[in-house]
Amino acid sequence: MDYNLSKEKFNQLLSELKQEYQIYAPVRKENKGTYSANDLITYDLIDNLDDIELNKKSKYSAKEIVFPIRETLFHFMDGEQKMASEDEEKYIIFLRPCDRNAFKRLDKIFLENGPEEDIYYKRLREKVKFFVIECTEGFDSCFCVSMDSNEVERDDYSAFLRFREDGISFKLNDQELKNNYFTDVNDFEKINFEAQFIQENKIKVNLPDKDKITNEVFENELWTEYSERCIACGRCNTSCPTCSCFTVKDVLYDENKKSGERFRRWAGCHIDGFTEMAGGHSFREEHGDRMRYKTMHKIYDFAERFDFDMCVGCGRCDDVCPEYISFSKCINKLSQIVEEGA
Amino acid sequence: MNTAVEKRKINPYLTHKAEILKIFKETEVEYTFRLESDFNLNFGQFLEVSIPGYGEAPISVSNFTDEWLELTIRKVGKLTDKIHELQEGDHLYLRGPYGNGFKLENYRDKNIIVAAGGTGLAPVRSLIEYANNNLDDFSDFEVLAGFKNAQSLLFERDIKRWRENFDVLLTVDQTCDIWGECVGLITEHIAELHLDNIENTEIIVVGPPPMMKYSIIEFQKLGVPDDQIWVSYERKMHCGLGKCGHCKIEDSYVCVDGPVYNYADVKEIKD
Repeated sequence: MDYNLSKEKFNQLLSELKQEYQIYAPVRKENKGTYSANDLITYDLIDNLDDIELNKKSKYSAKEIVFPIRETLFHFMDGEQKMASEDEEKYIIFLRPCDRNAFKRLDKIFLENGPEEDIYYKRLREKVKFFVIECTEGFDSCFCVSMDSNEVERDDYSAFLRFREDGISFKLNDQELKNNYFTDVNDFEKINFEAQFIQENKIKVNLPDKDKITNEVFENELWTEYSERCIACGRCNTSCPTCSCFTVKDVLYDENKKSGERFRRWAGCHIDGFTEMAGGHSFREEHGDRMRYKTMHKIYDFAERFDFDMCVGCGRCDDVCPEYISFSKCINKLSQIVEEGA
Repeated sequence: MNTAVEKRKINPYLTHKAEILKIFKETEVEYTFRLESDFNLNFGQFLEVSIPGYGEAPISVSNFTDEWLELTIRKVGKLTDKIHELQEGDHLYLRGPYGNGFKLENYRDKNIIVAAGGTGLAPVRSLIEYANNNLDDFSDFEVLAGFKNAQSLLFERDIKRWRENFDVLLTVDQTCDIWGECVGLITEHIAELHLDNIENTEIIVVGPPPMMKYSIIEFQKLGVPDDQIWVSYERKMHCGLGKCGHCKIEDSYVCVDGPVYNYADVKEIKD
């Protein structure tokens, strides 16, 4: 059963949910954009539906709620270690299907790759409920349909929301919320609606035939072009909803007491030092090689390990690149090269 | 209770405090630290080693028993500078072990040739020690170890001991100053090897990337098939848990799937 609710009624529910949940959604922050007099669209806490920015894509994804930019792993003092305490908050995240699907990619790395689960990711992830925003139009740089991440399954969300002029149509798929918050659903207007998903983006990407990819393509001059253009700023990494790399660092508060903390911080394969080992040896000094490495990870290597591609086609990397490098164009060029057998 | 194992189950990022039992000065910049240990180790695995406040680094276990393990650490940066200041009785903080290591079943009853360059000897030292104590497990065992010069010679005391049981060929790139022994690159000596029974031979190559590359070419010239060559890769293994991404090469995470690989599986892999 699906329901219709007025905006006012839904906002009332949100204010009740706020007692227990931190509610995140894409919001507009005026004059906080990269350029002067530009707004920043990003994820932040909301009070009600009017706070949500639905008409523009967020520059950053929702990943930092579950995988913070900087996260304390443990505190240490005089040889004793204490795992960073867990906050009691639970989270509701309003997000589009591509961004919901991005969490499936993060789940693979943090919960399935390697011999054990990442306990820090897991303890945040378990407290997240997804409210998926119906997305039928997309934005200019999106290519989610090509990446097969334009749709979600019923099990992927606690609620699925269609935003109408006068209210919200929603599917509720969460027993906990039904029992504790949506208790008067019997008074709601009952409807049936089919979740709609975008079926065609303005940008289409042809993925290279995985069976035809050989190492010869690594040497292609395609990558040399990116050596000339990419400035290794890593914006594509930080805006990406599926980039999950991090670096572990220590900070010493007090040398005498030997107190401080070990933390992790986002890292990116485009940024200098990503591969640098003790003694100074690095791999992929050329920026074009970093583009090649990232591209292959997003559309080939990850799928070799987990059976689906890492890239969800949100297009954020194209939106933020200061050199106007387009990832979707790169994939298409790569496909053409692979197809031509070069 | 196996505390290192128990701790790992609770939170794999938490470290295990281990006392330094003994320090061996190998060279001016490389010391071997023997630490108390209750880790379950395999040959060629590594640990994340740290001093809180100074960071963490992946270090190969260069030898181990049920009571202790050894780490051979070169002084190259903030953390390792600090480690080199430590004395016997001080502590290091460890977590792991990580990586697959050399699985004995791949080498048992075979003719084994280990070609190691410089600090590349550290990750294979525990396997060599095992061979030294269990020579019957192998059909034949031989080590070729290359160093830049006499000052960079590692594990001198071990090499003398090993030589009582099997051949250890020492080469020096630049001079002729180790015990008056042979001079030249390790590759030149590989070319002179006589491999009688190639089908029963397994080769282990560990060292700096150029040394590995050219040593493998020499073994191939002798007719050794790629799938009888084993390598151990060094990358920036930041977490050891397959999460942080720094050590990934194509679809392989060196910290989880490596650092030991069969060369046939990785000969075309590109960083």
